[in-house]
Amino acid sequence: MMDALGEPQGVLVLGGSSEIAIATVLALPRGRLRRVVLAGRPSPARDEASATLTRAGIAGVEVADFDAADTSLHSDVVDRAFDAGDIDIVLLAFGVLGDQAEAEADPDTAVQVATVNYTGAVSVGLRVAARLRKQGHGTLVVLSSVAGDRARRSNFVYGSTKAGLDAFAQGLGDALHGTGARVLVVRPGFVRTKMTTGLDEAPMTIDPQDVAKIIVNALRKGRETVYAPGPLRIVMAGLKSVPRPLFRRLPI
Amino acid sequence: MTSAVSPLNLREGEQTLTGWGRTAPSAAVVRAARTPDEIQDAIAASGSRGVLARGLGRSYGDAAQSGGATILDLSAMDRIELDVTAGTATVGAGASLDAVMRTLIPHGWFVPVTPGTRMVTVGGAIAADVHGKNHHRDGTFGSHVRSITLIDGNGAQLRLDPTTTPDEFWATVGGMGLTGVMTEATFDLIPITSSRISVDTERTNDLDDVMQRLISGDDDYRYSVAWVDSVHPSGRGVLTRGDHAPVGQLSSKESGDPLAFGPKVLASAPGFVPNGVVNPLTMRAFNEAWFRKAPRHRTGELQQISEFFHPLDIVQDWNRAYGPAGFLQYQFAVPDSAGRLVGRALAALRGVGALSALTVLKRFGESNPAPLSFPQPGWTLAVDVPAGVDGLAAVLDALDEEVLAAGGRLYLAKDSRMSPAMMAASYPRLAEWQRHRDAMDPNGVFTSDLARRLSL
Repeated sequence: MMDALGEPQGVLVLGGSSEIAIATVLALPRGRLRRVVLAGRPSPARDEASATLTRAGIAGVEVADFDAADTSLHSDVVDRAFDAGDIDIVLLAFGVLGDQAEAEADPDTAVQVATVNYTGAVSVGLRVAARLRKQGHGTLVVLSSVAGDRARRSNFVYGSTKAGLDAFAQGLGDALHGTGARVLVVRPGFVRTKMTTGLDEAPMTIDPQDVAKIIVNALRKGRETVYAPGPLRIVMAGLKSVPRPLFRRLPI
Repeated sequence: MTSAVSPLNLREGEQTLTGWGRTAPSAAVVRAARTPDEIQDAIAASGSRGVLARGLGRSYGDAAQSGGATILDLSAMDRIELDVTAGTATVGAGASLDAVMRTLIPHGWFVPVTPGTRMVTVGGAIAADVHGKNHHRDGTFGSHVRSITLIDGNGAQLRLDPTTTPDEFWATVGGMGLTGVMTEATFDLIPITSSRISVDTERTNDLDDVMQRLISGDDDYRYSVAWVDSVHPSGRGVLTRGDHAPVGQLSSKESGDPLAFGPKVLASAPGFVPNGVVNPLTMRAFNEAWFRKAPRHRTGELQQISEFFHPLDIVQDWNRAYGPAGFLQYQFAVPDSAGRLVGRALAALRGVGALSALTVLKRFGESNPAPLSFPQPGWTLAVDVPAGVDGLAAVLDALDEEVLAAGGRLYLAKDSRMSPAMMAASYPRLAEWQRHRDAMDPNGVFTSDLARRLSL
């Protein structure tokens, strides 16, 4: 149960090796934290994430096997996490970037990206929402992306999955209005993570720790949508209004 | 074609609830229970999220809310019956102390204990085992209860009293509604001949001064409390003490209707107040004004019961003044030997700019046998602070450590943020209470956000 000063007791991370998610758990107030469930595919990265949290002094770190693409197992993972105690914050943090050129050459890889980023999120998001709503409190934090604000030639497969995810999360937030459960949509720009290693950095590039601070602050204030960094909201509003003939020719 | 029902839809009667501090909301289905049968039905139908009775929602934290549960509103169970011979009242658990006072004062009877607001139910007063300005002499509300009628977790209706069922009775007194749903209680009354309080008021120079005067003078008064200036580093304050005025003390004009009692709500806080209206600047002004308006020394002033006991009830929904971020009340009790903690707590809160309007200092008398009853002999300090103050969590956690080390504890009806470890360590009889609670509610039907947060 979240207390009066916004200190959570239970956290579920979907995408248990996500650097942004782990940074967010580390940035949360920890005085009352007693259980963190890292749900993800078994991997050295997940083990490392678990070790990082434990090293930071967080007791009660658990791992659970979860594959965003295998929706048949989503109910089990979510139910097990919630049956063991109330969850105050769920971080929906899994996602793959894919490669646009490869996706265009081999559409099966594009389907993979869509399955993880969108289909998997819809599947697990609805199940989480039902449990949050049943317990009457808690926030689902959905890691969307500015890439979903407007599709770009250079990565529209990824962008379109995030556009779908973003619309889904907004609608889910509205569906949950008044139920005690809430959805926070986070739209980061370019973040330095393993997902973006080797790519050219865009303007306003930030670190996972910066996104984490923005998420924690948004949770405290009960926000519904937040950009990371904040000023991207204005940049994206501008980009969204650029006419397509011009937008096509922008070097982004 | 069939159409599925979405599990996300709002259910009938579902609403978001908070305590008086308006922090940490959760949603639950609120249902009116008008008869014991309806309570039994709700218990029989309770799902995994359980059942909880809620009174008037004046506990500051999450004691009267329970996310996803069925919340029972007993306001229709408000019968008030006076037994003049025994000097007792038998009252429905959903009746407010306001209603009890409006009914009984004109007949020459007063409640044994009243907290700082009349807007609590009898069930809530017992569940939180509330105290008032007479604790140093008369103990808590629960100490004056002769019997309680309660429906337990099996749906059985029990009659509890301190002699034949002491375990169940004292687990229910101070039990935060977790042993069952109370439907009715019988408690002792104080006979009065007027509805006025004869009040002595003194301004005090500093914290030592007020504490000395409380120690030396409290025995002479039935009611005693001190307000402390939370802004001024000296801890100056105003001491108000009194007792029921005998009818002979009233003027000829007033003695025509010596038991008149009809307090009115004179104002209401606006529906929306932004965060930050309660800030160091306004708190400075408020504390200064509150100190200045008190006379240096005045004796025998006749005050209305509402003026003396419930000055805040005059403004409806005053809790909204803190804005959407809400506020919390930190109230601890420590033994006499740890009196210095009063000054330390005020200084620590001043240190993070958490200034309080209503800082109340009082001496507690003896504890009662209830394992979770809050008062214990010594000092109690209550401080209201906005929840949005930066650094508040760390300051309060550090104060918790000092309170615990001193053998003290926090008041569950006010708490909204202590740790489960603090709870277990500061209430050493928690396990004993849990045994009795488990016997009365073997399936864990009764729960609350507070119970989950503190692992009660």
